[in-house]
Amino acid sequence: MAKENFVLKLKQKAKEMRMEIIEVVYKAQSGHPGGSLSEIDMLVALYYYKLKIDPKNPGWNERDRFVLSKGHASPGLYVVLADKGYFPKSELDGFRKTGRMLQGHPELSTPGIDFAGGSLGQGICFAVGIALAGKLDRKNYKVVAMIGDGESQEGAVWEASMSAAFHRLDNFIGILDKNQVQETGKTREIMDIGDVSAKWKAFGWNVIEINGHDMAQNIKALDKAFKLSNGKPTMIISNTIKGKGVSFMELNYKFHGKAPNEEEYKKAISEIEKIDVKKFK
Amino acid sequence: MEIQKIATREGYGKALLELGRINKNVVVVDADLGDSTKAEYFSREFPERFFTMGIAEQDMIGAAAGLSVSGKIPYASTFAVFSERAFEFVRNIIARNKLNVKICGSHAGITTGEDGKSAQALEDVAIYRSLPNMVVLQPCDSVEAEKMVFALADYKGPSYMRVHRTAYPVIHDKNYKFEMGKGEILRRGKDAVIFASGTMVHESLKAADILKNHNIDIYVVNIHTIKPIDSNLIIDLARKTNCVVTAEDHNIIGGLGSAVAEVLSENYPCLMKRIGMQDKFGESGKPEELYKKYGLDSQSVAEEVRKFIMRK
Repeated sequence: MAKENFVLKLKQKAKEMRMEIIEVVYKAQSGHPGGSLSEIDMLVALYYYKLKIDPKNPGWNERDRFVLSKGHASPGLYVVLADKGYFPKSELDGFRKTGRMLQGHPELSTPGIDFAGGSLGQGICFAVGIALAGKLDRKNYKVVAMIGDGESQEGAVWEASMSAAFHRLDNFIGILDKNQVQETGKTREIMDIGDVSAKWKAFGWNVIEINGHDMAQNIKALDKAFKLSNGKPTMIISNTIKGKGVSFMELNYKFHGKAPNEEEYKKAISEIEKIDVKKFK
Repeated sequence: MEIQKIATREGYGKALLELGRINKNVVVVDADLGDSTKAEYFSREFPERFFTMGIAEQDMIGAAAGLSVSGKIPYASTFAVFSERAFEFVRNIIARNKLNVKICGSHAGITTGEDGKSAQALEDVAIYRSLPNMVVLQPCDSVEAEKMVFALADYKGPSYMRVHRTAYPVIHDKNYKFEMGKGEILRRGKDAVIFASGTMVHESLKAADILKNHNIDIYVVNIHTIKPIDSNLIIDLARKTNCVVTAEDHNIIGGLGSAVAEVLSENYPCLMKRIGMQDKFGESGKPEELYKKYGLDSQSVAEEVRKFIMRK
């Protein structure tokens, strides 16, 4: 029962974060709502449950690292980091504005940011380096790298898939936010990534496949992935819906990188307000 | 006394090994060319700090960046031309965040020889020089290469070091003090100055000997640090000679010649002659034959300088 209540609390937090994503992107009139809404349930599971972190000490050497390889989905990460207290919530108003901290894509100078994304296929390679260092120094931290399904079209993702398995990086956890849609349309219509679960398995990874909007499944998958130490990295294939929680953004490529107008904003907020977290998944 | 000939890549490999012995944070990432870049010397003694990344330059550069934020000092080496495949990784991860990654591109220039066009990087200096935060170095002999490897370990920030396949005379002794950012005057004169880098330092020194026989005295300056470039020295010697020549085994677009022209056009506008690859790719052949064919050998350099002085 305690666990159920905890899951419910996380779901409530994810709902709150969905609102903030819409607020942030609407205020900036710029940014990527679609991928932020698809990843947010997993980010909440990571930051409010699984990651060993200390917002008061962002550079803590023993912390788990989180690499947002799909760096355009920064609003999702920013609202979580602000809520965790890495920086004041007022910074969210400066998103994508000149001279402000929260750049369009994350920068290492922002507290809590472990990777400066923006160019796809790079974060996962960068995360391999952190995991190699962790192994070399016999550290206990884990490295979690979140990639997208559109991003999986980048060859570098598969370079990293080989090297992480080859170097036996079982301190490495990948999360594929498989939200089915990319900038100009459906992923399967632009460049189908096929049976991606079989691909990661074939590259020597443990694979866990879940519905990434189901908080209980997120928690279970992260627990399992963090526990596995069989000499293999683990990929969590998180099946999601781009724009999840806002009907007209769901699976709509037009909201990959576009802010809502006033009318859309109001509609989005009212839809999120109506989310019944008990039923949400 | 016979002057020893050693390739700058040997200096790189040798110094990397020595550095590894005194600095436990030094790690090396390799894209299956350690035998050519000479990073393999390090791998034999420190296999646990030598990471083979396969023939995958993007992952190699990305991983090097990840190692650097974890307190390591990664040296990432491959052929100069293949490092360019990961250029956008270098830009968006390493240069953008000023990460402490030391990239070393070997087999640069047409001095690479027989492998031909595909292996002869002629644009690497141009592209790396264009990145904010990036330091660009090119040693002219193996001793200088060794000193650079050590100096880079003490320098906190990204760098690109360009080394060569072919053995050239060692002109520095082991007490040579390498100073990043400072040009090194190797020969003094009055009629002209050649700012040269890498292998072209040797051709320029020989050209100076040839010109001496025609009573022409020239400065030869080793520009080992192409970025940040020694502007003061360039302006000073341009004033003194009013006859500025640059020499590089690289396209004349974007490399040392361009860097010197940028300094002079804003500070001391004067005519210049840029010796280098004239916006052409190379071809297969013996390095010395290629240098003759493409006007990079000492005879051609001397001739260009002589013609240029006549225009004064």
